[in-house]
Amino acid sequence: MNKHSRLHLPHPPARPGEAPDFSYVQLSPAGAVARPDVNARARDIEPLSINLVRVLDDAGNAVGPWHPHLDPAELQIGLRHMLLTRAFDDRMQRNQRAGKISFYIRSLGEEAVSVAQCMALRPGDMLFPSYRNQGLQIARGIALVDLMCQLLSNTRDMCKGRQLPVMYHSKAGNIFSISGNLATQFPQAVGWAMAAAIKGEDHLAASWIGEGSSAEADFHHALLFASVYQAPVILNVVNNQWAISTFQGYAGGEQRSFAARGPGYGIAGIRVDGNDFLAVYAVTQWAAERARTGAGPTLIELVTYRAAAHSTSDDPARYRAKNDQEHWPLGDPILRLKQHLIRLGEWSEPRHEALTAELEALVASSWKQAASFGTMTEGPRLNADLMFEDVFKEMPENLQRQRALMRAEVARSGGDRSEGT
Amino acid sequence: MANMNMIQALNSAMDIMLKRDPSVVLMGEDIGYFGGVFRATEGLQRKYGEHRVIDSPIAEGGIVAAAIGMGANGLRPVAEIQFADYIYPGFDQIASELARIRYRSAGEFFAPVTIRTPCGGGIRGGQTHSQSPEGIFTHVSGLKVVMPSNPYDAKGLLITSIEDDDPVIFFEPKRLYNGPFDGDPNKPAVPWSSHPKGEVDEGYYKVPLGKADIVRAGADVTIITYGTMVFVAAAAAAALNFDAEIIDLRSLVPLDVDTICSSVRKTGRCVVAHEATRFSGFGAEILSIVQEECFWDLEAPIQRVTGWDTPYPHAFEWEYFPGQARVTTALKTVMEAT
Repeated sequence: MNKHSRLHLPHPPARPGEAPDFSYVQLSPAGAVARPDVNARARDIEPLSINLVRVLDDAGNAVGPWHPHLDPAELQIGLRHMLLTRAFDDRMQRNQRAGKISFYIRSLGEEAVSVAQCMALRPGDMLFPSYRNQGLQIARGIALVDLMCQLLSNTRDMCKGRQLPVMYHSKAGNIFSISGNLATQFPQAVGWAMAAAIKGEDHLAASWIGEGSSAEADFHHALLFASVYQAPVILNVVNNQWAISTFQGYAGGEQRSFAARGPGYGIAGIRVDGNDFLAVYAVTQWAAERARTGAGPTLIELVTYRAAAHSTSDDPARYRAKNDQEHWPLGDPILRLKQHLIRLGEWSEPRHEALTAELEALVASSWKQAASFGTMTEGPRLNADLMFEDVFKEMPENLQRQRALMRAEVARSGGDRSEGT
Repeated sequence: MANMNMIQALNSAMDIMLKRDPSVVLMGEDIGYFGGVFRATEGLQRKYGEHRVIDSPIAEGGIVAAAIGMGANGLRPVAEIQFADYIYPGFDQIASELARIRYRSAGEFFAPVTIRTPCGGGIRGGQTHSQSPEGIFTHVSGLKVVMPSNPYDAKGLLITSIEDDDPVIFFEPKRLYNGPFDGDPNKPAVPWSSHPKGEVDEGYYKVPLGKADIVRAGADVTIITYGTMVFVAAAAAAALNFDAEIIDLRSLVPLDVDTICSSVRKTGRCVVAHEATRFSGFGAEILSIVQEECFWDLEAPIQRVTGWDTPYPHAFEWEYFPGQARVTTALKTVMEAT
């Protein structure tokens, strides 16, 4: 239309058929970023929102002031959670392809975000995840069988058949109900944290959002309320570079880092290598201490890469360079922690292979158990009466009447395989 | 004429309008380079450039607001909201702004925005990819609300909507994208190529807003419906051997009251069917109009067939969906009443 247009239309560095190019990702050397006191004022630490906190160097050494000095046993637990998350994802992806579940979303390449962050928090801290945070569920100790039953919408489904696969929750595990609508959880986490402060509890809340979803107004509501009330909350932007087909430039990432939204609102913003388990842990621990000691909220941008498709309904070959994840400058979070542990003399290839096999077997046996509670096509099925419960605390008369009509309709069509019918 | 599914027909409508009118622009999430998650805009950015087919941030409120600004400044935006379930962040901009700009500025400003959005269930989408929120929008003065049931109408109605100087919320029943659906998920899928309404004129044509389509003429009972339920209702009536007159409203605002009332006056019996929830649903508006206009011609109380008054549950999709069994019950009830 206009050769000299004043309109800027963001372009990702590589489309299909082009060579992957991640030169736009601003990196800092491992160990190079200073670690301010946890009570530092947001305005005094603005460079944290532009630089990149990294602990693991390319050789697998942990260096610099953000080194969290975790016990090797802790690191091995972190590795296990990440490997389990990946094994779970692999198997569920195949199950979806085989028609056993209707939908799935993998977190391939982003495992350190959820696992390290969850491990840096306390069990009483409330989590408000997005749909790509299964590592939080696993690191919080939610049983694989419970997650799988949700995916199957079967008779042990925690959501009673009402939610799409991956929209888990755990009341006991302090994990809020995941919404299929984007960004809604972000300001809710702030409200939860405000309530903790009002009630005089020392818990904090943490929430996760994709960089793409940070375009929603809810993201800005979260930052505003967190800033105004200095709520004890950790707000995490998982910048995995892609929101289905649109790259991070369409969420405003070209002009300024996502972490830099924090200082704009008077909130500490910090940018971290999201594939560096140690750096993610250290930054989250720092933010948690700020929140717990009344030093206020923190916005963390976790720089990572969505190595898989958005979901089982998506095909990234249509819009991004092939195998681009192999060129991602921050590598793979599992391989990097593995390399570090081997360097410490606390891990080995044979142990890694054995653990991988053990976790795959755990996933397989869990699936078998979960499937015994019903699948989409076989075994027991939830009673459809459940559809009418929990719309309100007490079922109103019109829903009772509709439930009776539904029962009659099902009976006329030959009944079903529900429990209790 | 060519065989098109509903996606192809919508694509053709936008293609034609981009070509005919340089003020037409498309905007939405994933619609540009990628061509949309349902492929409705496939190839259009390549053909018309990035200034005409614009990828947007994930911000429905921003999409609608920016479309209003573009529209007020002389463009004719067609915004896509990826799923109707995601339209609510844009609701303030739609209900408080888009619907009233003409009114509050005494006609001096207006924004000729069309908002396309896939709606409805039957695709295992759960509570966040299955909703039918048309009644929320028909309740807002100043919005036109359209829902086609087939490729031919989809194309003609979309062209009319884009050319309309008033805002149009254009709902696309996604279960009908690839073929007509009679409500039975266990039957093999039927493609549009086997249906007369899958024959679509490749050129420019319009289907007017506010003109219902009598899908089948009949003498015994009037079924007033739209979207996915058109085919479900037709199949149920056919199975019962009732001589039903089936009316596909196509546009809810403006509403073709004449076609509705002439039919009910003729048959004396009426069933209203939609997939959306029942309470305060659009069906209640139809019932009121029929009662007001045709009371003395009615031989039986009007029946409504709807989704239940619950969110759309993933596991109970077909117990929730108002399938043929629910239509059958309603039809028998109105036919047996004396």
